[in-house]
Amino acid sequence: MMETIDYSSFVPVNGQDVDFWLNVGNVSDFPDNGGLCFKHDVLQIAVFNFSSRKEWYACQNLCPHKMQMILARGMIGSQGGEPKIACPFHKKTFSLKTGECLNGDECAIVTFPVREENGEVYVGLAKMTGDVLQGSAIF
Amino acid sequence: MKIIVVGNGMVGYKFCEKIRKKENAQHCEITVYGEEHRPAYDRVHLSEYFAGKTADDLLMAPKEWYAANRINLITGELVTNIDPSKKTISTHRGTIDTYDKLILATGSSPFMPPLHGIDKMGVFAYRTIEDLQQMEDYGRTAKKAVVIGGGLLGLEAAKALLDMKLETHVVEFADRLMPRQLDVKGALILKDKLTALGLHIHTSKSTKEVLGEGKINGLSFADGSVLDCDMLVVSAGIRPRDELAKNSGISIGSRGGIEVNNKLQTNYPDIFAIGEVALHQEMIYGLVAPGYDMAEVVATVLSGDNQASFTGFDMSTKLKLIGVDVASFGDALDVEEECVPIVYENKAKGVYKRINITRDGKYLKGGILVGEADAYNMLLQITQNGLSLPEDPADLILGARGANQSASGQGVEALPDTAQICSCEGITKGGICEAIEANELTDLAGVKKVTKACTGCGGCTPMVADLLKSVLESQGKQIKKTLCEHFAYSRQELYDLIRVNDIKSYDELLGRYGEGDGCETCKPAVASLLASIWNEVILKQSTIQDTNDRFLANIQKGGSYSVVPRIPAGEITPDKLLVIAQVAKKYQLYTKITGGQRIDLFGAQLHELPAIWEELVAAGFESGHAYGKSLRTIKSCVGSTWCRFGVQDSVGFAIEIENRYKGLRSPHKLKGAVSGCIRECAEAQSKDFGIIATEKGWNLYVCGNGGARPQHALLLVGDVDKESCIRYLDRFLMFYIKTAEPLTRTATWLNKMEGGLTYLYDVVVNDVLGIGNQLEAEMETLIANYECEWKHAVENESFRKRFSHFANSEEGDPNMKFQEVRGQKMPVEWGSVV
Ligand SMILES: Cc1cc2nc3c(=O)[nH]c(=O)nc-3n(C[C@H](O)[C@H](O)[C@H](O)COP(=O)(O)OP(=O)(O)OC[C@H]3O[C@@H](n4cnc5c(N)ncnc54)[C@H](O)[C@@H]3O)c2cc1C
Ligand code: FES
Repeated sequence: MMETIDYSSFVPVNGQDVDFWLNVGNVSDFPDNGGLCFKHDVLQIAVFNFSSRKEWYACQNLCPHKMQMILARGMIGSQGGEPKIACPFHKKTFSLKTGECLNGDECAIVTFPVREENGEVYVGLAKMTGDVLQGSAIF
Repeated sequence: MKIIVVGNGMVGYKFCEKIRKKENAQHCEITVYGEEHRPAYDRVHLSEYFAGKTADDLLMAPKEWYAANRINLITGELVTNIDPSKKTISTHRGTIDTYDKLILATGSSPFMPPLHGIDKMGVFAYRTIEDLQQMEDYGRTAKKAVVIGGGLLGLEAAKALLDMKLETHVVEFADRLMPRQLDVKGALILKDKLTALGLHIHTSKSTKEVLGEGKINGLSFADGSVLDCDMLVVSAGIRPRDELAKNSGISIGSRGGIEVNNKLQTNYPDIFAIGEVALHQEMIYGLVAPGYDMAEVVATVLSGDNQASFTGFDMSTKLKLIGVDVASFGDALDVEEECVPIVYENKAKGVYKRINITRDGKYLKGGILVGEADAYNMLLQITQNGLSLPEDPADLILGARGANQSASGQGVEALPDTAQICSCEGITKGGICEAIEANELTDLAGVKKVTKACTGCGGCTPMVADLLKSVLESQGKQIKKTLCEHFAYSRQELYDLIRVNDIKSYDELLGRYGEGDGCETCKPAVASLLASIWNEVILKQSTIQDTNDRFLANIQKGGSYSVVPRIPAGEITPDKLLVIAQVAKKYQLYTKITGGQRIDLFGAQLHELPAIWEELVAAGFESGHAYGKSLRTIKSCVGSTWCRFGVQDSVGFAIEIENRYKGLRSPHKLKGAVSGCIRECAEAQSKDFGIIATEKGWNLYVCGNGGARPQHALLLVGDVDKESCIRYLDRFLMFYIKTAEPLTRTATWLNKMEGGLTYLYDVVVNDVLGIGNQLEAEMETLIANYECEWKHAVENESFRKRFSHFANSEEGDPNMKFQEVRGQKMPVEWGSVV
């Protein structure tokens, strides 16, 4: 049987609904324009330092295409201004803002809000259940 | 409202997709019963299973999609009865379920002619993934296969068998192949072409009996002849799966199929039938596009719009996958009364084209194309839209004229906005153009995503690409051959910009010549350019490298990496072999000897890589660069040192060359070989560069290629001494690195080069461009800058830190799983990791 991680139960609807901010380390730990993967409970979160834009993004580490825990090792970039992450396996790309797949029919990935404060980086998580589950958030 | 769909095939699935898109139908509850054990898959591209697509790749949508769309999918359950008065269905498991609306999408099954012996082992149908899996298994031990049926599907099956390396025969009852689509002449040309591909075609032959004891060993025919074979695939037509409807009192046509009206309703208005099981005006449609259209009509009707109706569908088809273009469209046959055919036939080339023009010369009614079907889409459009014809209608089939101008002399611009471009999804030209404009689309992927065009059979892709081009051009946007949206330059232009301006980093290049934030296309391409030009250790700008270059190892299924130490020319001491064995045992790595004469170690986790390489580096190994677009291996045969035939020391030379070019970054991977004599045991002629010893010196071959489309290397110079050989190689490789587009192997580079080998000879040997010295000097710089990347990485703490799955934990990816196969570890299948 496949075990599934239900990312949806961690998803904030928007920044305001964050229950807690997970500290994922110092800005200097991150590569320029690259990502790292963090573990929180069973959750694997990919956090990206988009230094050329001075922005931070986070999303699930799981690529929905072939169910690979890999996105943190992907390459970030932009498509028409939209920041995106490309999976290293088959180059499926996903918006880092909305999570939507930009070059195929893969289901969207879950994105998380990120905050930087005094050189420390935090990812916003929320515990929730029930009917906020959008289709795309279920794996 | 509760809807039950019986059958989760292509059309049943499409119905679900369509109804979920209707605003007015959001409230309805949907349950789907499917007999097959997996969710609906793409039957149209079933044969691609043999080309390596997995059952998962073929799925129309993963199981999760159904859940996400609130569709209750029950697979592996056969609906056995319907009670239209109580509005219930029951299944073979005894489940009883009630419906308000029932959709029958049970498709069809292959027709198995009632031949004596048809139930023997080794006889297969060609419809489900299981059929193909069984054929594949059985085919491994078979030698000779027969396909009964020379229609669309039969030929597709025959091609699949041929690709399985079986001697393949096709037996057709009619006097010609594809009797429903082709006329006699067209079928003859097709037969010639297929015969040339290696198929054996027998027409006008009716099968009498399947021979053999339990297992098939031959076929006998009505004319008394016998054909030995050990495998049979039957493709003799389809039978609608109407048994369920029939048992439940739903009206069935006299020759099968569930009778439906223009709303696809059966004699019970709450019960609908769609897809291959539906009989509409005496017609069964054995294609997906009409089925999708039916699905759309029912979805529309159920969402409250009673205007929708299905009024029949064109049966035009283009045959795929068999290596010969064949298409028939509109009224292809039997139109002598209202039409005059115009025929073009070129037996030598194997081309046959026929178009049927109305007697007044004004309209195209249909036609046949064999051997060259580029014009299919356009001709189909002209037929379907009743477009007016050029003055001389023969122009339509006499040779193509320019890229965007299709054979008709009329480009896509000439089509009316109502022209249906993608018939699978029912999308018009107007719809596509609007979507391009409204969403400011600039590439095909975007168009596919927004409109869903090209996602069914894919036949309309060229036309959609033409449309995109014409819309962009009309907006004044030029389509230039650029790297991607971030750089308006080609690779060669960027090469020059980097060199001339002494640019050392991606960010610098992007800042000066690019825009936006880069992407997965331009980053690795520029990374490769920077490496080709400066040959600096690539770890320094790790995030612009593909993951393989970033972690100096090849990523494998499941997220583990492989470790490939360099073993120049395949020569290795027992002591070094021992080190490899020890490392493999210690870290539990799978080991395999590769085609490039070295040993790959698979299954290392990211965090283990530095420790593994530390041990290898300590024992004198260097990176094998298997992860990079760079020099891989120089293969060698034993040569004159041991071999009684050898005329030169091939191993020694191969080692020298491998060490010379190791680490060299190039537009694509590079492989070489050195053979010690004319017997060519190192297969040098299948490499990017190959050197073969002669009595007088060495022959240098270039631009060969193994892989999917093999190509022999061509002789550049003969009987030269070692030094000249290396000098020409330096120039050749440098010239390739400087001028080839990204991801272009040397063979393709040469194929596209104007002047071909003669020009290459002029540049490399005659030095007509006067750049010989420069090329050599540039190569010397690269060689001088070489440094083993792994040595660099393991000696440097900050680099080592990168090699970990989690930044906040030492452990590996807990989801990574392996299984044991043949005594070694292997990754588990795609998708079963999480
Ligand atoms: C090898 C191959 C190549 C093809 N190539 C092309 C092509 O190039 N172009 C083209 O247009 N068409 C092509 N076709 C035809 C195309 O695949 C069919 O037209 C299409 O699949 C029909 O869809 P459907 O949903 O009506 O039937 P199906 O896809 O057959 O689906 C019906 C499903 O219903 C299930 N079922 C049946 N009875 C019951 C029951 N009582 N209870 C529960 N489940 C039931 C069946 O098991 C099946 O899964 C090809 C077909 C094959 C086999
Ligand atoms: S696994 Fe991510 S693109 Fe295939």
